[in-house]
Amino acid sequence: MLSLDLALKSLRNRAFSTSLTVGSIALSVALLIGVENVRVGMRESFSNTISQTDLIVGAKGGTIQLLLYSVFGMGSPTNNLSWDTYREWAEHPAIEWTIPYGLGDSHRGFRVIGTNEEFYRRYRYRGGQEIALAEGRAGSEVFDVTLGADVAAELGYGLGDQVAVTHGIGEVGFLNHDQMPFAVVGILDKTFTPVDRAVYVTLEGIEAIHFGWEDGAPPMPGEEQTRDDVLAMEEIEITQVTSFFVGATNRRDVLRLQREINDYEGEPMMAVIPGLALNEMWQGIGYAETGLRLVTIFVVLVGLLGMLVSLYTSLNERRREMAILRAVGAGPKRIVALLVLESVCLSAAGAIAGLALVYALLSAGQPIVEAQVGLFIPIRPPGSIELLFLAAVVTAGFLMGFVPALKAYRTALHDGLAVRV
Amino acid sequence: MSLAIEVHGLRFRYGNGPWVLDIPELTLERGTRAFLFGPSGSGKTTLLGVLAGVLKAQEGEVKLLGRDLTSLSGAQRDAFRAEHIGYVFQMFNLIPYLSVLDNIALPARMNAARRARLDGAGVKETAALLADHLHIGDLLKKRVTELSVGQQQRVAACRALIGAPEIIVADEPTSSLDFDRREVFLELLFAECELAGATLVFVSHDRTLESMFSRTISLPDINRTAL
Repeated sequence: MLSLDLALKSLRNRAFSTSLTVGSIALSVALLIGVENVRVGMRESFSNTISQTDLIVGAKGGTIQLLLYSVFGMGSPTNNLSWDTYREWAEHPAIEWTIPYGLGDSHRGFRVIGTNEEFYRRYRYRGGQEIALAEGRAGSEVFDVTLGADVAAELGYGLGDQVAVTHGIGEVGFLNHDQMPFAVVGILDKTFTPVDRAVYVTLEGIEAIHFGWEDGAPPMPGEEQTRDDVLAMEEIEITQVTSFFVGATNRRDVLRLQREINDYEGEPMMAVIPGLALNEMWQGIGYAETGLRLVTIFVVLVGLLGMLVSLYTSLNERRREMAILRAVGAGPKRIVALLVLESVCLSAAGAIAGLALVYALLSAGQPIVEAQVGLFIPIRPPGSIELLFLAAVVTAGFLMGFVPALKAYRTALHDGLAVRV
Repeated sequence: MSLAIEVHGLRFRYGNGPWVLDIPELTLERGTRAFLFGPSGSGKTTLLGVLAGVLKAQEGEVKLLGRDLTSLSGAQRDAFRAEHIGYVFQMFNLIPYLSVLDNIALPARMNAARRARLDGAGVKETAALLADHLHIGDLLKKRVTELSVGQQQRVAACRALIGAPEIIVADEPTSSLDFDRREVFLELLFAECELAGATLVFVSHDRTLESMFSRTISLPDINRTAL
């Protein structure tokens, strides 16, 4: 108790260097815990990009590739599935609902997704949230287009604006389907998922802009069909989809269903379970995570080294103090205890201040981060990871405290009561 | 009368250096006010270190209150010092981050035996009483950095005296005071030592104070290495 009292009073006496040391430890601890929080937030927002979908089905290829183009709007689909195949599966008794996706076109760098009303009804993200419309209505007619929130915001589109779709998915497509402009009928609420960066049309719309493109090249001059031609048609026949999302009637059937789809002989296709595939993908990204964590651990070490330096350099000025303590009967062990306690107090104060700083920053910054980068960082009471970090910081402080303490021990033994200041 | 300090054949050196102390014989009876005189470099501070048990003599016997310090371990000598010895330095006696009161109370807080000798009075009360005796009762709450040198030395004396240790060792405690203040300081110190029945070993290179003591020891005379 006496040693603790002495340690605290000694630290208070050197208030400036103490607060600098505590501050630097606090900052480094805040960084460590902050990065951990951001990491958890990233991981959660990543694996919550899509929810309640049991399977994603597409042409045979890479699992992650299917996930990338269907969910994240990245990369290109390899092959399409025929509409008949899709219909066959959609009516499978074990399948409750499907959301078909027709991909491959873009509008000024944003993906164009052909889908149907099931998308607006069934698509779920982040723990079961539904797609909601900020303005207008969900597209249902051939030339209707519904915009993701970012698309509308970045391009400054409003209801009624005309949108031309580009063939292919480059930023600047050179082949525009501009004989058939679409009109904006709805704008979606922000979801902070890739949905915000997509342009939604109907599957019929996708078919319509590709009339005459069946061989992959634009129609010959004079053979193009116009918007009016299409509108005059009684029915537009949908020929293909790129992928589709599946909700199973019973979740227990998902694995069996997946196997069944993978073994389907009509056409080469595959089904992936989004949760598993997302996990697999995250593992790939996880290296960056480990690297980040490693960096923050080093930052904490640097913070603690700062403490070490500050304690160590203070020792010379404190030789007199040590001699006095020795004279009133303090053994070298008490000198060691005093310095180790100082270092423990500093690191504990730094750790607690760092934790407080993280929560202060989180509560202040959470809405801003969410609005700016769409990353939702959950605020929750310190969990086992945080407590582990704090314990590690205090333990490291404790161990580092022995460096100045042993130096003081040797000095105290050597100086005795005679201090050569 | 029993002996407070009894030294036989003491030899001490730092590491493998030359012998600094070689004292065949030194005895002090309890209650003595001893004036230990010696010029700079005659080994005064080293002798005090040995007597306080901070330094360990390589040869000979150093008995304090009948205990031979050379037979004790470092920790035992620390405990012995905490219990039986009050120490006053030449200057800079005080721990800068403790108040006057906390500085005085330190030995009593550090050592249970010193605490037990307070006769049931609290540490604070005893510290305040001692401070009153040395005329610094109004300074207890002050920071030590606000004190004059003379006040600091009195605080140091209070600290050495608290819990009535049998031996008070003072290493030139008056050398930074002017003459009048030296006498006042010494008189106060003597009075307190007498009250507690303590033996005082007072070291100085300044013989003007010699007449106030009951016994004078010249270190060059007893230390054979000094010549």
